[in-house]
Amino acid sequence: MSDALNLSGGFKDPALDAARAFRVALNAMSQPGQIFEMTGIEPPLPLSEAAGALLLTLIDHETPVHLGGRYNSPAVKQWLSFHTGAPFLPAPQALFAIGRWQDLLPLTQFAHGEAEYPERSATLIVECDQLLNTGSCLTGPGIKSQTFLNLPDERGLAANAALFPLGLDFYLTAGSQISGLPRSTRIGGV
Amino acid sequence: MSAYNFAYLDEQTKRMIRRALLKAVAIPGYQVPFASREMPMPYGWGTGGVQVTASTLVPEDRLKVIDQGADDTTNAVSIRRFFEVTAGVETTTEADRATVIQTRHRIPETPLQEGQIIVYQVPIPEPLRFLEPRETETRKMHSLGEYGLMHVKLYEDIARHGEIATTYAYPVRVGKSYVMDPSPIPKFDNPKLNGSPAIQLFGAGREQRIYALPPWTPVKSLDFEDYPFDPSRAAGQCALCGSTSSYLDEVITDDSGGRMFLCSDTDYCARRVQEGA
Amino acid sequence: MYVAVKGGEKAIDQAHAWLAEVRRGDQNTAVLDTAQIRDQLTLACNRVMAEGSLYDPDLAALAIKQARGDLVEAIFLIRAYRTTLPRFGASAPIDTGAMTCIRRISATFKDAPGGQLLGPTFDYTHRLLDFTLLANGEAELAETERQTLNEPLARVSDILGKDALLQPEPSGNEEPGDLTRQPLAFPADRALRLQSLSRADEGFALCLAYSTQRGYGRNHPFIGELRVGHVEVSMEIPELGFSIVIGEITVTECETVNQFVGSRKQPAQFTRGYGLTFGHTERKAIAMALLDRALRWEELGEDDTGAPAQDAEFVLSHADNIQATGFLEHIKLPHYVDFQSELELVRRLRAEAEQ
Repeated sequence: MSDALNLSGGFKDPALDAARAFRVALNAMSQPGQIFEMTGIEPPLPLSEAAGALLLTLIDHETPVHLGGRYNSPAVKQWLSFHTGAPFLPAPQALFAIGRWQDLLPLTQFAHGEAEYPERSATLIVECDQLLNTGSCLTGPGIKSQTFLNLPDERGLAANAALFPLGLDFYLTAGSQISGLPRSTRIGGV
Repeated sequence: MSAYNFAYLDEQTKRMIRRALLKAVAIPGYQVPFASREMPMPYGWGTGGVQVTASTLVPEDRLKVIDQGADDTTNAVSIRRFFEVTAGVETTTEADRATVIQTRHRIPETPLQEGQIIVYQVPIPEPLRFLEPRETETRKMHSLGEYGLMHVKLYEDIARHGEIATTYAYPVRVGKSYVMDPSPIPKFDNPKLNGSPAIQLFGAGREQRIYALPPWTPVKSLDFEDYPFDPSRAAGQCALCGSTSSYLDEVITDDSGGRMFLCSDTDYCARRVQEGA
Repeated sequence: MYVAVKGGEKAIDQAHAWLAEVRRGDQNTAVLDTAQIRDQLTLACNRVMAEGSLYDPDLAALAIKQARGDLVEAIFLIRAYRTTLPRFGASAPIDTGAMTCIRRISATFKDAPGGQLLGPTFDYTHRLLDFTLLANGEAELAETERQTLNEPLARVSDILGKDALLQPEPSGNEEPGDLTRQPLAFPADRALRLQSLSRADEGFALCLAYSTQRGYGRNHPFIGELRVGHVEVSMEIPELGFSIVIGEITVTECETVNQFVGSRKQPAQFTRGYGLTFGHTERKAIAMALLDRALRWEELGEDDTGAPAQDAEFVLSHADNIQATGFLEHIKLPHYVDFQSELELVRRLRAEAEQ
């Protein structure tokens, strides 16, 4: 019975729910630092609602996923396998990764893209306690003048941004909150 | 139409396109390769735009489709119908009521707003293609930011004609990085790309590329200090609404050279007429 | 008062209605049955299957009927349908060595184990119009001795390979790319090139292959072997732990034997080009083999003579007739806006020139 429970909580209407979740994901990646809501599913812990919905929207058997720290659990694996069929692979081969910030370090272990194919880089979903529009100053494409967000590690993320057009792209998630942080966002008001 | 999935494409295809779209907004102006699918309309007729729109639509959207600025040109009609049938979304001709606008060759005269998405149909996404036909070469040039060839071409225009002789698909530079093809919009529309509050998505189906501009992205039309970019428009006035600032189509009225000008943006024009402008 | 042209929707509906009418043609002639197309215009169906990348003779016949006999349009219908089909998995590679041949010829040896089997070929027909067919009659079918070769036939290439006269092909276990799932990128490996060529427009492949024969990237091909016949398609079922046969398809396979003078590192040896297509489509399979060989210049250490057929980016980017016809025909769409901007430029430049 517990197995059946582990697999519930996915999209109720996969095509429509994924469309709505993707729109949020697109808005978030296009407007870095803005905090959006992504709801409608009940993933197994420790996956947040937003991270779970994002993964169901974006991953499938063509996208290797890396599970960091406590996310590398049988419950999470079973649930993601059932709903997406995505293979679980070590960080260097992953197109997506999920974990707390510490679980994903060092960032250098992930694909950062190639000069001629900068999109061949990983997208990291970083689970946080809470997202607030305070803290680090963000500027760049998608941001009207400037915005603020409580980042897990300002220096690490600024170093990633300095690699543009290479680098990693991030989603920060907390509960049903989600915010995008692409490599194009300059951090620290520079 | 339960025979089709929502917005026609299967979920796996949508996920593949959605992943490409997210990388595209993360690297503004860079052309992300994607495994474009055969669509039930021909390549070259907006399959890239249709795939991007299909992957972006939600059931609550209100969709506007234009071709040459007009809502009632045959291809616009055909694509609008496609989404009415396969996605069941509401459609509109009013630019400010639309949440998603798919366009071929124009940006509406009515300024775009925050929260809107505009999807451009792109035939040849590579701005360097007519200077260097090889993908392997142009890809290298983009990675090195080596755009000298483009400047030479524009400069040769000036030397020959006294001005830059590119009137549509006029290349732009996104921020300080990629040179991008804005799709074959007239250069009159180029300034609307810059710092737009809308999300701008570009889909090239046959050429298998997707690229994007997030809102508020600085976009500059290529030019020279002594020959600044000029988004020129023919001096003329719309015969229907009297606009002297919109982009105009020329209509031949008889066989002895008679002609008149009309707004290319039919929604903008009709509303001005209605408001008694 | 000028009234802007409206009524795109109505015009489209009327065009579609008219199209349906002319597709049906004269109501006094019998309606074409798709089974007739499938069984009597088999080679048209084969081409549609090969370039449509979907093995289904009934659907190919339907597409041909719907497209009024326009094969490129029919291929388009099949491709658009194919792309909506879910994928259950990949079949095991077909074994053409185990083919039940209806035709098998070699141009390199007068006889080979299993012999030459002409099969149903146009090759030695005299191209004289048969007016009996026009009179809606059929010549009486002669008693034929139908010969198919059920036992596996040794490949001519394997016989040559035994003496190391023919360069061996590595048997790779790596999964080949799939350009229907991944965007084409360069350099494209041989498996990807072959996939592209197998789907390529027959006319494009034919004429480009012909250009190599006339000296634009000449590679001295002989038809080592051409075989047409039926092969089983099987699929590994992980749950069962073994593979099961899921059907049988007809394919055409062509292996060319090409001259290779050798280099400082390698003694002289024959090399090969390879063609494999759905259905009985031998013109296409031969053209494919010639192009495959031409595109291998780099790995074989040959010179790039600048011939179009040697240029993988050129060949693969322009081989797909659905891409080509779409873009070619799209110039029928309105371009008022772009034309207007050009019109203004030309007027302005002319005015300046007159001053």
